[in-house]
Amino acid sequence: MEQFFQQLTNGLAIGGIYALIALGYTLVYGVLKLINFAHGDLFTIGAFLGLSLLTAFSLTDKLGFVLGVSALLLMVVCLVGLVGILLDQAAYKPLRSSHRLSAVVSALGMSIVFSNAIMLIFGASPEVYPHGILPSQVLHIMGLPFPVKRLLLLVTSLVLMVALYTFIQKTTIGAAIRAAAIDQDAARLMGINVNRVIMLIFFIGPALGGAAGVMVGLYYGQIKWTMGWLYGLKAFTAAILGGIGNIPGAMVGGLLLGVIESLCSAYISMAWKDAITFVVLILILIVRPTGLLGERVAEKI
Amino acid sequence: MSLLKLDNVTKTFGGLTAVDEVSCEVPQGSIFGLIGPNGAGKTTVFNLITGNYTPDRGRILFNGQDITGKITHKIVELGIARTFQTIRLFQNMSVLENVLAGCHCRMSAGPVSAMLRLPGARREERRTLGKALAELRFTGLENEAENLAKNLSYGNQRLLEIARALATDPSLIILDEPAGGMNEQETAALVELIFQVQKRGATVLLIEHDMSLVMKACQYLVVLEYGKKIAEGTPDEVKQNPQVIEAYLGSDEDDF
Repeated sequence: MEQFFQQLTNGLAIGGIYALIALGYTLVYGVLKLINFAHGDLFTIGAFLGLSLLTAFSLTDKLGFVLGVSALLLMVVCLVGLVGILLDQAAYKPLRSSHRLSAVVSALGMSIVFSNAIMLIFGASPEVYPHGILPSQVLHIMGLPFPVKRLLLLVTSLVLMVALYTFIQKTTIGAAIRAAAIDQDAARLMGINVNRVIMLIFFIGPALGGAAGVMVGLYYGQIKWTMGWLYGLKAFTAAILGGIGNIPGAMVGGLLLGVIESLCSAYISMAWKDAITFVVLILILIVRPTGLLGERVAEKI
Repeated sequence: MSLLKLDNVTKTFGGLTAVDEVSCEVPQGSIFGLIGPNGAGKTTVFNLITGNYTPDRGRILFNGQDITGKITHKIVELGIARTFQTIRLFQNMSVLENVLAGCHCRMSAGPVSAMLRLPGARREERRTLGKALAELRFTGLENEAENLAKNLSYGNQRLLEIARALATDPSLIILDEPAGGMNEQETAALVELIFQVQKRGATVLLIEHDMSLVMKACQYLVVLEYGKKIAEGTPDEVKQNPQVIEAYLGSDEDDF
């Protein structure tokens, strides 16, 4: 029971990270029908920027834990969001009217550019976040141990997800974003500035990915320039699992994938953890290609 | 005073001249009809006005301002809204959200204040919600607000297109075959609605195939054939025009 609970909470925590990254894929796909393969590297950029800012300003020493980490997240969110906008302007916007595959190739290229830039700037060996920033206490819920830092990770990702969901569902700007995702031309004719919507999407998605990067750095400690590849791929799987283009789908898919992965590595085999993730991806593509919450949409001709 | 003025507007697609040197003036506050046989270039004229296409030659003036070649959403901001011949609602959004999407261009709060739910943004959201509901009442859709757009009846989807267009606060509203697929009762209600829109102070420009609707609702008509303007005037004048009878009705007067 204890092991199960441990694995479940562990799975939810890592699943929250997958969900945050998956939202970036799904938001961009929703509006542009583009898989932003450079998204995993934006997550890595977030992790490295977080480490640099944390040590450069010694934020948690000066401001204390809560304020310091919040300030760090805010800075990283803004900076990675800006990188996202620049990425779109440089690599995707010029290709807006060309074939969809061109933008996908451009995305793959940008992924290589980003990961190599990170390697050249920060070095090829893993970096480590300072120890002891997150509280090390352990809560006991009905006799079962629950580390506070795991709870914080889970709560932070849930708060970010709920905030995004409310923004998209409950505000008029959110309605404009969804309208642009459904029919760009009709949205333009209703006075919606579709270019601004795309810019906003390319801020929010990478911003969430960047936040996830910092959270992974703080929680697991070690970061590496190649980390975006595997996290990105898993988050992409999560987005497909929930139904790509669907925002609640990315959240559910992320959490679910985290739990599946965690339980499988505990009860089946640690070594098969990643393989199992991709078996899930393949099964979903065979059984329900539209994902758990995705709707069957006829391809527009 | 004319609200909209087309000045020798021409648009060609390859070898086909879809709109050929068309000039006309839509008077402020009028209900203005654009009619003509299928393929006469009516929808192309609408697409030129709303910036979907740029004319090859000629100018389009709105409120005295040259809007030729402006970006679509800017034109909407200036006060031109439209509906579509084939319904293009945001199908998976609720009726209310469709109208809210139309309201968006009149809002000033940016994404940051909306995300942080600052008081100013919340006030504006509340005001916008009130306005969206008012447009739904105006078109008689208030009981459908929470339904998904795709679940509405065909006639109601047409009405929702009008409500969504009105939500952008247009001074000129362009209706592309608003009565398409409507039964007689619905068409009669639509004519009444169009008069109500006019009473609000908006100018209406419409394409319609239902001649009884056109004759009842419009004060001025322009008739297009093969992209050229062949007649204009009041419905009575146009009805008498032999060229129109020839072109439009295959010289069979009884149809009028």
